Amino acid sequence: MAELTKERSQVALEEGKAAQEVVRAPEKRGKPTVVVDNLHIVYRVYGAASVHEKGNAANALMRILRRQGRPQMKEVHAVKGVSFVAYHGDAIGIIGRNGSGKSTLLRAIAGLLPPTKGAVYTDGQPSLLGVNAALMKDLTGERNIVLGCYAMGMTPAQVREKYDEIVEFSGIDEFVNLPMSAYSSGMGARLRFAIASAKTHDVLLIDEALATGDREFKRKSQERIRQMREEAGTVFLVAHNLDVIEETCNRVIWMHKGKIKMDGDPDKVLAAYTKN
Amino acid sequence: MSQPESAVADAQAGDRGGATPMKGESLAAFAERHGLRRSIARPALPVYLRQLWQRRHFIVTYATSRNLSKYSNSVLGQLWQVITPLLNAAVYWLMFGLILGQKDKPGVGGNYTAFLITGVMVFTFTQRSVLGGAKSVSSNLSLIRALHFPRASLPLAYTLQELQQLGWSMAVLIAIVLVTGEPVTWLWLLIPVALLLQTLFNLGAALMVARIGAFVRDVNQLLPFALRTWLYASGVFYSIQEQTKGLPELLRWVLEVNPAAAYIQFMRDLLIFEQAPSAVTWITCVFWAVCALIVGFLYFWLAEEKYGRG
Repeated sequence: MAELTKERSQVALEEGKAAQEVVRAPEKRGKPTVVVDNLHIVYRVYGAASVHEKGNAANALMRILRRQGRPQMKEVHAVKGVSFVAYHGDAIGIIGRNGSGKSTLLRAIAGLLPPTKGAVYTDGQPSLLGVNAALMKDLTGERNIVLGCYAMGMTPAQVREKYDEIVEFSGIDEFVNLPMSAYSSGMGARLRFAIASAKTHDVLLIDEALATGDREFKRKSQERIRQMREEAGTVFLVAHNLDVIEETCNRVIWMHKGKIKMDGDPDKVLAAYTKN
Repeated sequence: MSQPESAVADAQAGDRGGATPMKGESLAAFAERHGLRRSIARPALPVYLRQLWQRRHFIVTYATSRNLSKYSNSVLGQLWQVITPLLNAAVYWLMFGLILGQKDKPGVGGNYTAFLITGVMVFTFTQRSVLGGAKSVSSNLSLIRALHFPRASLPLAYTLQELQQLGWSMAVLIAIVLVTGEPVTWLWLLIPVALLLQTLFNLGAALMVARIGAFVRDVNQLLPFALRTWLYASGVFYSIQEQTKGLPELLRWVLEVNPAAAYIQFMRDLLIFEQAPSAVTWITCVFWAVCALIVGFLYFWLAEEKYGRG
């Protein structure tokens, strides 16, 4: 099983490289890796009572009597009928304004948000580059590295193997023995990125990981992302920084209010997006 | 902008050559032709169990980390794991033992301190597991929305966290039992069995309330009351046998076979009454452990793919 995965990632590596070289020659596109079929995502948000709805008990009772829903629970229709096919070797940038459903789409592709309607079909397990939620700020960097690696599904042997690399890449040195609450925001971001990027993936989803850290770290992390792109079959990248998209991607999807507004070559889509 | 345009987008994608959906072929059929699977499907039960086993390191580390992080801001730190149940026991001792006079009633084995603290420690274990379980999914939504793992890892980790805490409580409990003059007997060898059965029950209960709590937030408001009622009904500070004399048989029977009462009885038999637990106690304890675990696990697993939605 392990050997098979290795072999597959080896293939993915080679095909990924090949795809990179033919980035502008789309007719050589390979096997589909992600199919998104008329996807709708609705999720619930709690505790979003607006100012004029006072949250007292009498109002709550009235709402129950009038058979209205709880005001604290809002439904957000974040993705409204999105369909596309992604192929092996694609590096797809997803752009759009805040709240256009980019991150939700990414989470749905990763299989982390259940579709309300429609479906996402994938080859292998897409993984989101994000481990922040598993970390605990009261614990030392050292413990968080171990915790984060396990949360991503590594084995103890893999954790031991990657530990030094993570510390080194994050550049936090002796701070690794202090609780993360003592870190500067840049240091925290560096450690989180170092942990998250320590694992190899088939389909990789990156959500705004590049906007952190100083110039030196930015260079290092862009290098790391390029590496990961070569190893992964397909990469999705959400970013507000259009330069990053232009440099990294061979296809761009423009999301607007939960729908796809445009999908195609970076040049065309980015030009239309900037004009907008 | 809307559907037509996204169809245009599909057509553009289709122009790319290579493997594209054929004319009139639905995307679902196209995906199937290329062997793609739905990214959010509930795995079959054996697969799910295997995935859980693969995540055992995460579960253990997560539980330990939560325990470490929980008290990291208080001066006494980890000591609170022991102090809290002791303070609780002290309050109950004052109220029920002294003021309401349970102390000298028959049926408490002549050692009310040990009788009470055993009850409090055993009940607290179940109580905290259930409370933790109810929040295990709903308070970890961001984790669920960020990473892949079998969701049952969360209630499992919360129960394990309580088990780790219980380790300290048990040490204190045993010290108190010894200090108050109970002898060490061979029956003490059964203590791990008692804890194992109770842990299995707690896990099942935690899984069950985890699913309910994930979709109905009101449960977190309601549970403390339910648990307090359960506390009073489980003979933590009185002997059910003695105290319910004269009440209808059915009610007495219900009180005695309730899982918390059964696990408390089991532990008291071993530590205080120096008698082997009766057949009824054994059967009740095993029954609840097996039942809760199977029902709780299946119930939780059936909603596996829905937990991210909140």
